[in-house]
Amino acid sequence: MASNNYYDPADLRKFGEITEWSEELGTKFFDYYGKVFEEGALTAREKALIALAVAHTEQCPYCIDAYTKDTLQRGVTKEQMMEAIHVGAAIKSGATLVHGTMMMNKVNKLEM
Amino acid sequence: MAKLKQQSLQKRDAELANAKRQVEILSNGIFANGELPTFAKKIKEINKLPLRPKKLEILQINVGYMCNQVCEHCHVDAGPDRKEIMTWETMELALEVIKNTGAHTLDLTGGAPEMNPHFRRFVEEASKAGIKDFIVRSNLTIIRANKKYHDLPEFFKKHNVHVVSSMPHWTKGKTDKQRGEGVFDMSITALQQLNAIGYGMPDSGLRLDLVYNPNGAYLPGDQASMEKEFKHALMEDFGIQFHNLFAITNLPIARFLDYLIASENYEDYMYQLVEAYNPAAVENVMCTNTISISWDGYLFDCDFNQMLKLPVASKVKHLKDYNEDLLNDRNIVISQHCYGCTAGAGSSCQGTVTE
Repeated sequence: MASNNYYDPADLRKFGEITEWSEELGTKFFDYYGKVFEEGALTAREKALIALAVAHTEQCPYCIDAYTKDTLQRGVTKEQMMEAIHVGAAIKSGATLVHGTMMMNKVNKLEM
Repeated sequence: MAKLKQQSLQKRDAELANAKRQVEILSNGIFANGELPTFAKKIKEINKLPLRPKKLEILQINVGYMCNQVCEHCHVDAGPDRKEIMTWETMELALEVIKNTGAHTLDLTGGAPEMNPHFRRFVEEASKAGIKDFIVRSNLTIIRANKKYHDLPEFFKKHNVHVVSSMPHWTKGKTDKQRGEGVFDMSITALQQLNAIGYGMPDSGLRLDLVYNPNGAYLPGDQASMEKEFKHALMEDFGIQFHNLFAITNLPIARFLDYLIASENYEDYMYQLVEAYNPAAVENVMCTNTISISWDGYLFDCDFNQMLKLPVASKVKHLKDYNEDLLNDRNIVISQHCYGCTAGAGSSCQGTVTE
């Protein structure tokens, strides 16, 4: 590794290079990726905001870097960006808490 | 009243007030060490070096660098402290050229062109030349800046001027951050004033277009999508209508270059421009159909080269020697800032350059 860090911002530019070590799969992935973000039933702007929220729940620094820039390019305001992240955060915390029902079920089963 | 953010680089005697220094920065570093290809190398790959003009379509005249605003991104480094103003004598030379040109579009820019003391007389005379499309690039706030400018919309209408105005965002926060406090509110009032006399209305011949440019170190989004957002928001919030939105890339020169370097975004931004390089955009890049004329009558391939003091590579260098055939037989002067016009869908004073 050229760097002492696990994450290097310059590596984001190398993303396309993954194709070099597995051309067919890499190409198929990028074709799919590009297609996903095209205008469809959802606008490209809506998709970029979803991507920004998911980038945060996945805690992917490269994705946060890329989709912060991407949403800015699409004229999204910082208030809208933060609200999107809250949606991700709410689902993340909700997903944790809803598992509390499993704990409750288990407790109810085990306790006399 | 809009509150000015700062002084021009020139007034501050900043390093980047020097055009030569800017060209050095654009030629050195990541471009000199081969990390990124130079623009010349890139267009050589598609057999476009030297870059040559096509038919001249647009005469763009910069009537002075004085402006009532000091926008953070300004490639002209314009502001109230700039004293470079086109004289009437130079305007007379320009009028001769306008009368005889083959170009179909006349594009007046600045600074705030309206601040030139001869502006109205020049527009009156130039509008007699029968040019098909007569553009004035108005920053909107000038219309509200002083009582003497309040009647500009009527003046524009009288001379059938096509108004092209800067509007970086449909929200106050983003607009004022780039252009100065109070700019958004004044721009909205000016747009309402223009709408009221017919500018920008759906079937109106009075053309009103807006120019969007990003508020920082990133590229503009898709022009059509941005236009949709702008139209929806300005109609919903203020009942404002306009015709088209031009999405323009910020070129890395003057105050924007200063900002990129100070915020440590310069290299990343150049990477973005080079990665977004679109060979198809080279075909229609605006220097191939435009001549830019400076306040003192010199000729350039574009307004950006004018600010970098890179004159046309032609025997004809000034209005007094103007000859369209000779001028059209020239190589266009390029440097790394040209990547700004070929990124993504391309960028020009008329917006994107590819379908």
